[in-house]
Amino acid sequence: MTITSDTVKAPVERPTWTGRFRVRAVDSLPPEKLLPDHQPAYVASWIYIFGALTLAAFGVVCLSGAIIAIEGPTWWHLSQLGLFVNSLHMWGTEVFFFFMVSHLWGKFFMAAWRGRRRATWITGVLAFVMSIATAFTGYLSQQNFDSEWISTQAKDGINATGGGAFWNVLNFGQMLMWHILLLPLIVVVVIGIHVLLVRKRGVVPPFADNPAAENAFEETS
Amino acid sequence: MSPKRFKPDRDVTEWHGPTVRYDLLKEVTICFVAVLVLVVCLAGVFSSPDDPAITIKSWSATAPIDFLTTAISELDGTSGTATYGPPYTNTAGASQKLGPIGLETLSGTRIPLDTAKDFVINPLLTLPSEPMLDAAITRYQSATAPEQASWDAAYEKAAPSAHFDASDGKLIVRPLAYGPVGLMMSDLLAMAQSGALDGALTSSPRLYGTDYTKPLLFIADGQYLADVATSRNLTGDQWGMMNETGNFPGQAWLWLYTLWYQVPPMNSSSSGDLQVWAIMMLLTLVLALVPFIPGLRSIPRWTRIYRLIWRRHYRSLQSATD
Repeated sequence: MTITSDTVKAPVERPTWTGRFRVRAVDSLPPEKLLPDHQPAYVASWIYIFGALTLAAFGVVCLSGAIIAIEGPTWWHLSQLGLFVNSLHMWGTEVFFFFMVSHLWGKFFMAAWRGRRRATWITGVLAFVMSIATAFTGYLSQQNFDSEWISTQAKDGINATGGGAFWNVLNFGQMLMWHILLLPLIVVVVIGIHVLLVRKRGVVPPFADNPAAENAFEETS
Repeated sequence: MSPKRFKPDRDVTEWHGPTVRYDLLKEVTICFVAVLVLVVCLAGVFSSPDDPAITIKSWSATAPIDFLTTAISELDGTSGTATYGPPYTNTAGASQKLGPIGLETLSGTRIPLDTAKDFVINPLLTLPSEPMLDAAITRYQSATAPEQASWDAAYEKAAPSAHFDASDGKLIVRPLAYGPVGLMMSDLLAMAQSGALDGALTSSPRLYGTDYTKPLLFIADGQYLADVATSRNLTGDQWGMMNETGNFPGQAWLWLYTLWYQVPPMNSSSSGDLQVWAIMMLLTLVLALVPFIPGLRSIPRWTRIYRLIWRRHYRSLQSATD
């Protein structure tokens, strides 16, 4: 038998992990969804701005925290410029939480989990909880009366859960590392997933006032 | 595909209506600049608090008798830390429990502390050799437990009425049968007032140290820290968890957490911390799972606040119907 090019089939190329990931990523988040320049007409309320304001405040907190990190944890106690940057960090945190809680309440009253958006809601709550933990470790890392009092009081709560045996709030070095590396990393990842889910699913539509539309509903998942 | 019953708190009818122009990057940029300006103004006008921490040096200088009474309680094993339970000591029955569950006990004594040795005897041993003190420490350590307890009890009785001589500032403690403990305590006070005890408690086997567990626990065992915190409205019964030194806003987001400490049984229970944590973990879980909880997920629809948020949308629907 003579082997020709017709008898030898070209091997079917197995899809790579990278190729699969790219296909899924582009399917889930095509560029026009990821970076939209249009949005539904119902997105017309000041309440929507709180999500972006939260991200902006998070940026200010990270930026001011990075400046303190460059100079080291004792710098802001010893210089006026350092104190000012610490003030940016503190007030950035205050407005961050104000915007985040406003965003949360806004989304609650929109029932923003509707239409397969439950994961968006859950990641938002997770971002809130992890942000509280991050802010808490920041208070513990101040090396002043605040951190002294907060750590000696908070230890009882953490110890009661059994967590204090592993996560010692009186250990400045441990708390500082959690504050400037581990927890911000988690918050960045969770917020990143949250934002991508918002872009993927879009902004939740208003409650339908039209029963006919509801009757025509079909499961799309 | 089979039709599925529409649940208004779970499902949506997809939007096929008009869209409007929107610039995501512009919105985020404007928000960032606006927030930056706001924060710069707040920081410039109000600054931020930075009250210095209380050190053992400052505590023992300002409230020496409180220091002495705390130090003797560390030596005789009756202080808050000495009787804390896990993760610091093995004190029986000290763990907080939720029913039969004691998570502190399960996690174990992973930061073991012997307050007599760690807070009193070992720091004294770091002082330059001094025959009388060396002899006192040796005598104390080689004594039987009942002897030690007898000396400790005598000093504990005398310490609250201790005072300082007006002429030479020397510590005067009522003479009772406290054996070597008198000298050990007066030398520990002198060590504390010189600042050497701060260093001895934070010292690490290596040059660098970042763990302040020992000095913080020692200071917190005294009354002075709590008195200062009370004067600044920072204690638990003052909702201190969400307060800040001075007139600055604190962790207001902890309002619900601190609320539970104000109400019975948590405000008086010996397991109050664990009870509050359990409640908060449960409530956090409920918040995360709101989309799945019947009734709770219907609140937005029932309250109709959404009609305010989407008022333009509903107005346009109304005008289209008209």
